Amino acid sequence: MQIYVCVKHVPDTAASIKVVGEKAFNDSTCKFIANPYDEYAIEAAVQTVEKEGGEVVVVTVGPEAAVATMRGAMAMGAHRGVLVKVDGQFLDSDITSQALKAAIEKDGTPDLIFTGKSAVDTEGFQTPYRLAAAMNLPVINEVLKLTVGDGKAVAEREIGAGSREVLEAAMPCILGATKGLNEPRYPKFPDIMKAKKKEIKQFTLSDLGIDAAAAKTELLKLEAVPERSGAKIIEGSTRERVLELVRILREEEKVL
Amino acid sequence: MANIGVLIEIEGGELKATNYGVLTAASEQGKNNVYAIVMEGTADAVKDELSAYGASKIVTAAGEGLKASPDLQASVLAAAIQEYALSGLIGLASARGRDVFARLAAAKNLPLASDCVAVNFAEKTVRKSHFSGKTTATIRLNEDVLLATIRPNAIEPVGAPVDAEVLNFRPEALGPGRVTIVETKTAGTDKMDLTEAGIIITGGRPIGSAENYKILEECAAALGSAAVGASRAAVDAGFAPHSMQVGQTGKTVSPKLYIACGLSGSVQHFAGMKTSKVIVAVNTDKDAPIFEKCDYGIIGDLFEVIPELTKVLKEK
Repeated sequence: MQIYVCVKHVPDTAASIKVVGEKAFNDSTCKFIANPYDEYAIEAAVQTVEKEGGEVVVVTVGPEAAVATMRGAMAMGAHRGVLVKVDGQFLDSDITSQALKAAIEKDGTPDLIFTGKSAVDTEGFQTPYRLAAAMNLPVINEVLKLTVGDGKAVAEREIGAGSREVLEAAMPCILGATKGLNEPRYPKFPDIMKAKKKEIKQFTLSDLGIDAAAAKTELLKLEAVPERSGAKIIEGSTRERVLELVRILREEEKVL
Repeated sequence: MANIGVLIEIEGGELKATNYGVLTAASEQGKNNVYAIVMEGTADAVKDELSAYGASKIVTAAGEGLKASPDLQASVLAAAIQEYALSGLIGLASARGRDVFARLAAAKNLPLASDCVAVNFAEKTVRKSHFSGKTTATIRLNEDVLLATIRPNAIEPVGAPVDAEVLNFRPEALGPGRVTIVETKTAGTDKMDLTEAGIIITGGRPIGSAENYKILEECAAALGSAAVGASRAAVDAGFAPHSMQVGQTGKTVSPKLYIACGLSGSVQHFAGMKTSKVIVAVNTDKDAPIFEKCDYGIIGDLFEVIPELTKVLKEK
């Protein structure tokens, strides 16, 4: 099987984000990682080829530094990579999807494409869908259980309060992975070393005939959200504190 | 006046309370004509509630195979945009809402902003989180129709009664759906989803076992309209299912009251509940970071404090 996995290079979830100017953040001081949801996608792809045979190709739209994230995917078992290099800290999801589509189609014919359900930085929650529309493929997102076989994918997703839907799609199709689908493996040292030698093809947006200026969304402003401060620590015996808390919540905050 | 559509969500035959905030966002204090689009059940069942929050048109849409096909649902919405000359269409950023709106945006190549906390139709801007709650982004969508999903409970519902007209929409034959819902597995409880709850009480790893969540369940029952959440550590330890997880790799919630029991207050947890109106922390560790980030704190053992809270709530 020919499987593509779309992986995004994002700031570490523990990193503090320092806003710079009107709409940028300081990306030189924060650590970057693979989008956490994309790790479930990588693992699903690798498990599938371990079972069925084939190749996993990681595809990333991002800066040169994203190569490090791609090496991580390769250490987990991806065989090759394709990077579409872009400048700028934010890229509209329509442009991202066009770039992913062009990179994939230039490389081969997918049987399956895995992505993460959404990116923890821009939280757009739409790239897998736009990629599917662009490639004319079915898409199922937030997949936490999956069976692939007989030319179709059968996937489960949560719809709320633990209830789930089971969906079917014919392959080739796009599947957005979420937590619970699998346990992403921790690469071992030899895998990390092997990953350094695996091939990464690189393209720019203009190599692929894509114009980022055609984007229909525009980031106008980015503002830090301060943590709330001045927490009131309630003192007294357990009963006294609980009584006081309930009084505050009822009478002052009016949330009870 | 602009025509703004709202996709209404009905779960288990019930109108979700979180729809009202979305109607309020669509109305913009009576500035817009609000078209509430209902894809299941009858208009009569929901007309009074929806018109109480500003919906002057109740559009019932039905179609062959609609329920089993999210792509078909998306094409019904696309057809409604045309039919009613909508310059905006919004819905809940629930699991279903996020999915249908993304399908709609992708199929029609329209920009979409997901999980927004504010929308301005005239300026075509939205506000939403970037970096999991650490920053707020203001984004402009350069398109005739503004598509957005709204974070449940992010916008306070404001009663705005209007007279409502029912419109029955039967769009022309829609394209085939590419994916089919073949089964729905209900969880078998009548618990509300975390994202719907107005009050959430969350237990972290110190809860120690799945059984001990009963202490929080009892408190939730006493609180009323409350749901129980879990931290990532508690889920990873097997004390709670992932569907209860609040945080960056779990659910994002925005209740009016969030009670965090035995939670240290990690950045990743806060990513999931930072926009809560009031945060209360209960933890034995006075140096836990959460005490710097909450509104009210009790330095104490949840196994003593929470049962006492349940008791006090029942007394009054």
